[in-house]
Amino acid sequence: MFKKTLMIAAIGGVFAAGAAEARDQIRIVGSSTVFPFSTAVAEQFGKTSSFKTPVVESTGSGGGLKLFCAGIGDSHPDITNASRRIKSSEVKKCAGNGITNITEVKVGYDGIAIANSKKAGKFELTLNDIFLALAKDIPAGEGKLKANDNKTWADVRKGLPNVKIEVLGPPPTSGTRDAFAELALEGGCKTIPWIKAMKKKDKKAYKSLCHTVREDGAYIEAGENDNLIVQKLEANPNALGIFGYSFLDQNADKVQGSSIGGKDVTFENIASGDYPVSRALYFYVKTAHVGKVPGIAEFVAEFTSNKAWGDEGYLADKGLIPMPKTERAKFANDAKEFADLNM
Amino acid sequence: MTDQLSNSERIQAGLARRYRAEKRFRLYGIIAVVLAVGFLAVMLSAIGARGFGAFYQTHASLEVTFDEELVKDKDWQGIVKVAMRKSFPDVKARRDKRKLYKLMSSGAGFDLQGMYKADPELLGQTRTVWLPTSDDIDMLMKGQIDRVLAEDDRRVSDKEITWVDQWIASDRIELQFNTRFFTGGDSREPELAGILGAVMGSLLSLTVCLALSFPLGVMTAVYLEEFAPKNKWTDIIEVNINNLAAVPSIVFGLLGLAMFLNFFGMPRSAPLVGGMVLALMTLPTIIIAGRAALRAVPPSIREAALGMGASPIQTVTHHVLPLAMPGMLTGTIIGMAQALGESAPLLMIGMVAFIVDVPAAFTDPATALPVQIYLWADSPERAFSERTSGAIIVLLGFLITMNIIAVFMRKSFERRW
Repeated sequence: MFKKTLMIAAIGGVFAAGAAEARDQIRIVGSSTVFPFSTAVAEQFGKTSSFKTPVVESTGSGGGLKLFCAGIGDSHPDITNASRRIKSSEVKKCAGNGITNITEVKVGYDGIAIANSKKAGKFELTLNDIFLALAKDIPAGEGKLKANDNKTWADVRKGLPNVKIEVLGPPPTSGTRDAFAELALEGGCKTIPWIKAMKKKDKKAYKSLCHTVREDGAYIEAGENDNLIVQKLEANPNALGIFGYSFLDQNADKVQGSSIGGKDVTFENIASGDYPVSRALYFYVKTAHVGKVPGIAEFVAEFTSNKAWGDEGYLADKGLIPMPKTERAKFANDAKEFADLNM
Repeated sequence: MTDQLSNSERIQAGLARRYRAEKRFRLYGIIAVVLAVGFLAVMLSAIGARGFGAFYQTHASLEVTFDEELVKDKDWQGIVKVAMRKSFPDVKARRDKRKLYKLMSSGAGFDLQGMYKADPELLGQTRTVWLPTSDDIDMLMKGQIDRVLAEDDRRVSDKEITWVDQWIASDRIELQFNTRFFTGGDSREPELAGILGAVMGSLLSLTVCLALSFPLGVMTAVYLEEFAPKNKWTDIIEVNINNLAAVPSIVFGLLGLAMFLNFFGMPRSAPLVGGMVLALMTLPTIIIAGRAALRAVPPSIREAALGMGASPIQTVTHHVLPLAMPGMLTGTIIGMAQALGESAPLLMIGMVAFIVDVPAAFTDPATALPVQIYLWADSPERAFSERTSGAIIVLLGFLITMNIIAVFMRKSFERRW
């Protein structure tokens, strides 16, 4: 009995200690795509400043914004990373919890590569090819649809190799998948004039047609781990894989990125916006926490400094595609002043 | 019915078949064991072969001068850069110099900072020191980057390879034991990343887990086995405890998030909360093992103690519990080993995070060993795949130690009647 009483007292004591302690460490949540960049800045910041190293959690863009918008105070994160822009519904949810001032900082770009093993030939795709190969329904003449019956790449378009369509990609929970659907699938979908016209009449049908990935085994959900996809591509030269540019960059000896619309997945092409499947990365700062949790302003300054996100900064080494100089200057200035988000 | 066989003849006829069946059965067993051991050997050797490299890190020898101005500016990496320029005086172009600096780890400067802090006399002096190279050079030295490939296809350019070859020719680059792997916290640079933070996080969590689940588990087991009346209620409790043992661990994480974080407002990513969640998970294991150990104590011992005039509590604390203890501890250690290898429940309470500082208290943010493995496995840098296997080796080492202790305790303390 005595043991038990002692233990209960001990737990109670720790509870009180935990609750009373004010936070002296920045907390960051959000996208797994921004995670490698955010952590690199956090580490650099912790080593070169007098502040503690921020804690960075990888929760996914949606999960991060959910935590971020839950409220103001020590138990809620200060910054969230996102591989897409915040939605107006999320801004509303934030406002409902008293978070009215949010600063948006665009970090740079990330290209999504469609790659295969170096043992096989390089694919030269177009957005239209990607849509016809991977969408659930494809057009069968003007205004008509049919279930996707393309079995090989040669079925999609003459001139492509006669191998089975097998694409390893991220699951629906992933931000990479959202971006892929929006940029590659919808991008290809839009090239068909009558579907493009549909967007104005029936936006819902348009979206479901353009964003739905086929489920008959040609698209294989390979989990969130991009390293795994690279390994599987090496083992199966016929398969293609979808993953972030930084993984392509690190594994250039094993896999090659397909060109899309004649543009290769290179640092230069993504930076200039020529490569069509690339997206912007962001982080959002809770302005109410600035000054309360020590180091937020300094952390944001480190992130937006040229030695971090500049053309030759350490984030570029990690695979981030920097923004053009003028855009960087604009966002660095917004971040400095903690300008409110403008939807 | 004249050719009816006698009983013994019938048995004789079937005997050979029965022997064969028996032999076959034994053979199946042996095949199963060989297969299982084979799989284990393949897994361990694959991890071992890949992870062994993590214990070694490429270092290069540089002549560094603790220049007064640079020390005053705290530009430790600048000292490294000056030393690099001195080592390769032919490199003149700005672009090439940038490449040259990248041969060394961005953490090399911190080593110099540490040296200077330990010995301020170094100011203005020149020393030859071994400093870590960048992860790409490390991979090149370990043969993970193929030199024969076209230049564009590999992370290391031809120029960098010539520089490294110059180093190799003059014996100024070598693989050294990677102490940082065991003494450092996490890092985004593979050559600087260590597992101490994760090990400490696991240790702190397990301490909390043990402090909560062991007394609670033992008390529950003793009450249910020795004192509780056998009725509908105890049956319900028993079914529920057995049920809890089979609940997937992520559910405990969700419970921890809802209860400890949202309701009690405890800190995120803290080993305290991690330990509490893991305690919920280990409790059923300890209770079930504890009850089995108590049941194994023969009733004659209880009856003898009661017959000698001992009270029920004395019977339990003086006689039954000490005899059941080895079995209970074995169950506890196995439960702890399970908790050590668990990462799913920690995801929900924010322990899957990038944390550089090594935790020292129960409320400091921390990760755990399996979480660290998961995070490294997900990193793009190739050198991290080696660290991942290295961390798995360390985790397996801990698990094997714990299980050996459990087997040893069972062998040496358990009494059989």
